[in-house]
Formats: sequence, structure tokens, C-alpha cells
Amino acid sequence: MSDIVLDVSDVNKRFGGLQALSNINLQIEAGKTHAVIGPNGAGKSTLLNVCIGRLAPDTGSVIFDGHVLTGKRPHQINQLGVARVFQTPEIFLDLTLVQNVEIAALAKRDGAFHFRPFKSMFKDKELTGEAEHMLEDVGLLRLKDEHTGNLSRGDKRRLELAMCLIQHPRLLLLDEPTAGMSRHDTNRTIDLLKRIKERGMTKVIIEHDMHVVFSLADWITVLAQGAIIAEGTPDQIRGNPKVQEAYLGGAHV
Amino acid sequence: MASITEFNPSTPKKDLLIMAVFTAVVLTAPIWLAPIGASYPDLLQRFAIFGIFAIGFNILFGLTGYLSFGHAAFLGIGSYSAVWMFKLFSMNALLAMAFGIFVAALFALVIGFICLRRSGIYFAILTLAFAQMAYNMAYSVLTPITNGETALTLDVADPRIIDRAILGDAKEALPSPSLFGLELTGFTSFYFCAVMLILAFWVSLKIFRSPFGLKLLAMKSNQNRMQYTGYNTKPYLLVAFVISGMYAGLAGSLMAVTDPLAGAERMQWTASGEVVLMTILGGAGTLFGPLFGAAIIKYFENIFSALNKTQLTEVFGFLPDGMAEALASVSLLFVGEGWHLTLGIMFMLVVIFLPGGLMEGIYRLTARVKRKRESGGAVSGGAVQPSE
Amino acid sequence: MDALLLQLLNGLDKGGAYALIALGLTLVFGTLGVVNFAHGALFMLGAFVAVAVNRLLSFSVQVRDESITFFEAYKQQPYLEIWFGDLGLAVIAWSVPISILVAIPVMLLIGLAMERGLIQFFYKRSHAEQILVTFGLAIVIGEIVKVLFGANPIPVQAPPAVAGPAPLGAWLGLSENLVYPWWRLIYLFTSLLIIAAVFAFLQFTTYGMVVRAGMADRETVGLLGINIQRRFTVVFGIAAIVAGVAGAMYVPILPPDYNLGMNFLVLSFVVVVVGGMGSLPGAVAAGFLLGVIQSFASMGAVKDILPGIDQIIIYLVAVAVLLARPRGLMGRKGVMET
Repeated sequence: MSDIVLDVSDVNKRFGGLQALSNINLQIEAGKTHAVIGPNGAGKSTLLNVCIGRLAPDTGSVIFDGHVLTGKRPHQINQLGVARVFQTPEIFLDLTLVQNVEIAALAKRDGAFHFRPFKSMFKDKELTGEAEHMLEDVGLLRLKDEHTGNLSRGDKRRLELAMCLIQHPRLLLLDEPTAGMSRHDTNRTIDLLKRIKERGMTKVIIEHDMHVVFSLADWITVLAQGAIIAEGTPDQIRGNPKVQEAYLGGAHV
Repeated sequence: MASITEFNPSTPKKDLLIMAVFTAVVLTAPIWLAPIGASYPDLLQRFAIFGIFAIGFNILFGLTGYLSFGHAAFLGIGSYSAVWMFKLFSMNALLAMAFGIFVAALFALVIGFICLRRSGIYFAILTLAFAQMAYNMAYSVLTPITNGETALTLDVADPRIIDRAILGDAKEALPSPSLFGLELTGFTSFYFCAVMLILAFWVSLKIFRSPFGLKLLAMKSNQNRMQYTGYNTKPYLLVAFVISGMYAGLAGSLMAVTDPLAGAERMQWTASGEVVLMTILGGAGTLFGPLFGAAIIKYFENIFSALNKTQLTEVFGFLPDGMAEALASVSLLFVGEGWHLTLGIMFMLVVIFLPGGLMEGIYRLTARVKRKRESGGAVSGGAVQPSE
Repeated sequence: MDALLLQLLNGLDKGGAYALIALGLTLVFGTLGVVNFAHGALFMLGAFVAVAVNRLLSFSVQVRDESITFFEAYKQQPYLEIWFGDLGLAVIAWSVPISILVAIPVMLLIGLAMERGLIQFFYKRSHAEQILVTFGLAIVIGEIVKVLFGANPIPVQAPPAVAGPAPLGAWLGLSENLVYPWWRLIYLFTSLLIIAAVFAFLQFTTYGMVVRAGMADRETVGLLGINIQRRFTVVFGIAAIVAGVAGAMYVPILPPDYNLGMNFLVLSFVVVVVGGMGSLPGAVAAGFLLGVIQSFASMGAVKDILPGIDQIIIYLVAVAVLLARPRGLMGRKGVMET
């Protein structure tokens, strides 16, 4: 397949004396779920921040769908079709679930800035319908008029996913989507992500939890000390002695 | 701060009802405010004007969470602009208002553009700095425009180009602001302000119900998520800032309409602080809260600052002489000149104990009553007993 | 040239006051995470400590004026003079320096009371609420002072020995006509001394080290089993002392009224923002810088070209700095940006 959605080439990044990323090359294919794993401090978060233009690489480039992402502002990157899920779910507290999702849908529909103060929310049945459908999809419909403050972490994550999905992004970035979740919530989230996968959305997952990675990823990149030490399918990675040494160590998978 | 209960799904019908009731309540204010001695035009129009000011401030602070400490500057700018309109062109109140709003919007655009480069307390301090700058300039460099400490007033010899062109030079007396020939004094003037208040409230209601308002609120909740969701947050904030600046401009020009003079003290930081207090006292981010806050503060200011020692001694007259005297002296600290002390204490008490404002207090109470009804309903047959 | 030098000194004097207030603001903000709009009130209270001490010392009784023999004349004679003669008079004359010593414990107590009584309940609340509650407190303090001392500025003289002009020109080998008030020189010198003392305290004592560590990373220091809270409370007390002493010393330069606090607070906040929120050296540097700029802007030659510029120059500089360097001159990334 030659349909590359995200192309990271020859990226280097230094923080003072620390080589955070060295010569990173990544090609993310359309429709694939690509996982980036590695021990703490391997440079996963730095890589993600370079991918979304938050950090400028010292050398190299990040190109999404023909657009250079470096130097673009978060909303511009989103409008290009990149949605992001944060390590701690970032949602709008104080608003109801359905409002959370509506806001995301409006960004897709009306763009980065849209000013029509006399337009009424309630007349927009289509928007509400779409949002409710999305909530149903992630299993939160029954809570739609609740405030988000009382949600469990798992539910917050599902809501955040719903907010990303309603924008039909071309690329979804997930930063440790199951961090801090109970086993039960983790499994529910995996199921949800699997369902998205069936729809053919391209995803990049940064993850710690091997169980999550091996159940979702089509392709895995292993980082250690800022460099890629291995790449391959889950099976190849599982059997790779270098990876076991660097990362899996004594831990069983 | 307060969670926004107003934003719960409403319906167009409900909103229509809200507007109808609101209009009726405002227009009948002279009747139902009579029992508490607040039914004279001067005080009533102050309620309306500061209500507008607070409603506008709430669109910025209540929805976006950006705390401006310099909104009184726009109030002053609105007043000066309106008076200049009176002097140069016409005594027509609508023209003066339009001009006041327009100039305030221009200033808000520039000041907002600069201040919104930062958020949080930086923003608060920057707006405060701008307001102080405006205040200082009104007293110094800009004296030709503001007339410094003497305040800007009308003059028989003012050009009033439009009025003279239409009506000729007939009048020798000082004219007063009018609406196409209808002189705006007394209750006419109040009703003019009341209509403006109703319009201002309607616009605010529309904004609250629009996607634009929802986005502002979302920004208050999580600006980071807003950006990663694809929104360019700056223009939204700037528009909110300008809108609230225009409300302040409207309030300022109405002040000039009801009393055609403009002084710099309107722009002092205490005035900026007062509108913040009105908004949080009533409940920031709620539809009605700021209006309540404005009315309550203006009402008590009116009563408290008019009290003097003789009256106080009379109030405590039923007590033994020495005690009445002592109580009167103590209360004297809080009234008249000491009104600001009361204001400061109120400020602290509200922030400490009721950061959501009176509206939140009301919601909490009704929620409690409701809960009681639900839990106690089976036993007491649904009777509500708010006995606590 | 002489005029420039004088303006420079004037500016440094004013800058000293800004720097001392801004230093305290930054300390409180860095340690407790609280934006204290009542900090200017502490400066004002310090000034009124000086006024109160002066009044207390010159407490008088009416006595027969012996120097007038034609008729019975009366005059006010301070008790101190009656009891101690010339020594008593000297004490009264030196009331401002004495009040500085008095201000230290008084301001410490006020500071601790303020922190324990109000501020501590606002650590976890939003900055907007912190601003609002301290703003209310500032109004209350100002109004109480107004009730106690009236609304008009109250002048208190510097001790006669140091009230006169110092022959600055002669020292520097410049014109003999170049003189500058002694008290202002002392004020400047003392300001620098206080600033140096605060920095030395933070830099060289263990206590200060913990405080600095706490400013950088509160949680970690808390995990080390150090009671960071109590230390921060003390820091608030220190900030109160610094502001109060600055206020007391400033009395002979500017007669204080109850509004003094707010006027200086607004400017000091601008100073903090220009210096960079959370940066102590930034606060000090910006304080002196803005003081000097303001002083130069109020020179006749400048005002002829740009009338009224002295009234707004600080705000203009602040806006310019923030546009060019949003974090201020020495601000660190991430401070107070959420």
C-alpha cells in the first residue's frame, strides 16, 4: 500500500544534552492502527508532540496528507483532519454530554470561527440527532443530559472518543487511551477502538499497556532512548529479542 | 466557579415565556417596586442602566471566564461619546447611544486585542492597567475632550449641527435629550432605559442559546480541548469582549441620556470592581443573576448612602438612649460615606460563602426542597415543608 | 546633566517602592499561589503605622505657654517633652525611623492574621476568586483606615537631621548646586538593603532554600516530609513586612491617604507582569526600570513634546513589553498560564 497519511521523516530533536529523538522515520498507512511503544523516557510523548506540530523538530519534517504540520496551531491541525485523545481525558466539564459532542460536531461543520449569535441551538435538530447517534455508538446515550463532571474515567474517555469520532478525522492520535483505567474500563475501551478500526480510520496509539497494544495494533514501532529499535507486526515484535531486552525485560506478555 | 444551570436544554416556547414575563416585570417595575420605596424614575433607571452593564459584563466573564477589571473604562467612553454627540450634532438619544456603542466597540476591539494575548490574572491586570490609563488620561492629556475634573457638560452655545439645521436656532435654554421630540425626563426616561434593558436582555438570551454562546462556555471549561477540537479561540474571545464592551458603552451613553454629563470618576477601578461584584453577587454565567446583583447593589447603595446619624438614632429609638446612640455610631461606619465599607464586606462574604452567587443559592434551595419532596413525599403526601 | 541625574534618583526612589511591593507580590504568588490584590493595602498600612507612631509619640497636653507674658496663652506640649525634655523631642522627630522598627512586628502580625484568617482558605480556589476576595479585603482595609485617619493625606516629616538636602554634586565632583534630599537617599539605600536581605535569605539559609524549592515544585518538596505550608505562611509574613516597611519609609516622600494602597498596587502588578510573573529578579529589575522611565517621562522637556505622557508611560511600556515578550522580561514558561 502506498497511501501514506502521516509521513515523519528524519526527525531529530534535542533537549539540551538529551537526544530525545534521533532519525525517526515513520510512515503511517491509511486505515491502519499504528502503535508506538517503548519504556518510560523513550521519547514517545516527544514524538507525538512533534507529530501534531506542538514541538518543532530540529531537523526533518512531519507531513500529513500533503500539509506540513510543524508550526501549525492546534486548531489548524484539527481542521486538517487530525483529532487527538489526551492521556487524561480532556472534555468540557460543566457542560452536558450531548453539548460536548455538539461542540465537536460544530467545529467540523462551521470551521475554526463562526459567529452567528442569533442562531438558536434548539432549532438544529440535525446536529442534536447526530450527536445523540454518536453517543449511542459509544454507549453513553442514557447519560446525554448529565453534566460530565460525575463521569467515571472510562466514560470520560468514551466521551472524548465520541467527540473525536464525530469529526470523522482522517487521523486519530491516542495518547495512552487506557491509562489509569480499571481492567473493565480498559476492555470496554479496547472493544470500542476495535469497532472504530473496522470503519477504517487511521490511528496512532501511544501505549504502555501491552494487552491494549497487541489487541489493537496492525503495526508496531518500538522506541528506546529516542531511536526506533524495531518495527513490525505484533507477532514479529513479540518474538524480537531486542525488544524483549529493551522493553519487555522480565515482564511476561 | 458556578456551573451553568441556564444552559440546560431550554425550548423556544420557554424562552418566549421568559421574555414575556421579563418584559412585563420590567415595565411594571414602578408599580411593584413602590412598596420598598424604589419606584421613582431616578433609581429605576439606575437599575436598568447598571443591569445592562452587568448583563454585558456577564457575557464576557460569565461565559468565557475572563475576568476584566477595566470594564468601567467602556462605561466612561460611552458617556463621553454620547455627550459629544449631544454637543456636536443632535440631542436625539438614539444617535447618542449608537455613537456611544460604536466608540466603545472600537476601544474594546483594540484593548481586547492586546489584553487577550494573555489569560488569567495577566488578563485581569492588563484590563485594569488600560482602565487606569484611560482614567489618568481623562484627567490629564485628554482634558480638551473630557473637560478634566469639571466633567463634560452641555452648553447653550454647542453647535448641535443637525438639530439647528432641522429646528433652527430658536431655543435659548439648555436642551435636554429627546427621542424625536419626546423629552426624556422622569418616567419617560425610565421607560426609554427599560426598553433598552429588555432589548439588551433579549440579545443576551439569544447569545446564551446560540452555538456561539455554547462555544464561549466550552472555552471557559477547557480552552485546550477547544483548540484541539478545531476552534480558533482568540476571535471568539475578542468578539465576546467587544460585545460586552458595547453593552458597557450602551450603559454609559444611557447615563448621559438620563443626565447629560460625563466625568472620569465613572472609569475608576472601584466602578470596574462594582460591576464584577454585581455579576458574582447575582451569579456569574446565569441569565438573570447579574441583573439581580445590579439591582440589589444599587438599591442598597441608594438607601445606605442616604442614611445619616439622626435617621439611625431614630431607627434605634426603641432602645435605651445610650444603647441607641452606640448602635447608631457603629452603624454609621457602614452607611453614608461608609457605604464602600459595606460594599467591600459584601464582596468578601459573597466570594467566600456563595461564589456561585444568589442564583446558585436559589438553585441549591430549590434542589433541596425538591429532594425533600421526593424523599418525604411518600410519607407526608407531597406537602412541602421548608421548615429548616 | 544634573537634571538627568536627579530624575534618575527620583525614578530609583519610586522604583524602590514598586520593587519592594512587587517582590512581596511575587513571593506570595510563587509560594502560596495566591494573587493578592490586598498587597497594596499592606504598603498603605505600613505608611499608616508611621502616621500612628508619630501621633502616639506626639501625644500632647495643653499647657500654659510661658513664653507669652502679655496674656494667658496655651500651647500643646507633648508628654514626651514634659517627661524627657529634649530627648523626648528628639524621639518625636525621629518617629519615622522608629516606626520602621515598630512596623516590623506589627506588619508580621497583620500578615500572619491575613494569611491564616483568609488567604489560606483560597489556595485551592480559582485565581478569579482570589483576586475578588482580596480586592474586597483591600476595599475594607482602605475604608477602615479612612474611618480612623480621615480621607486626606497626612504628612509626617523625616527627622530634621536627614530632612535637608545632601550635597550630591560636591560628592560626585559636579556642580555645587546639585543637591538631593537626604531622606530619599536613605530610602533608596534601605530599599536596596531590604531587597538584598530577602535574596540573601532565600539564597543562603536552609529555610530560604526550602522555600525556593517549594516555589519550583511544591508537591515534591511536600513529599519530602517538609511542612511547606508553615514556611509559606512565614513567607507571607515576610512579604507583609517588606511592603509595610516600604510604606513606612515612604511617608516623608509622599503623605499617605487611604487610597495609596490601590494606586501602588495597580502599578506594582504592572511591574510584576513586565518583570515576568514568578520571577523575583524580574520584579526587582522591572520595578526600578519602570520607576526610572516614569521619572524621566515627567521631566518638563519630555512633557512639552508629549503632554501627559508621565501619567500613562508605565502602562504603555507594559503593553509594549507584553506584546514583544508575552512572558515578561524574565518570565518562565508555564507560570500562571492555565
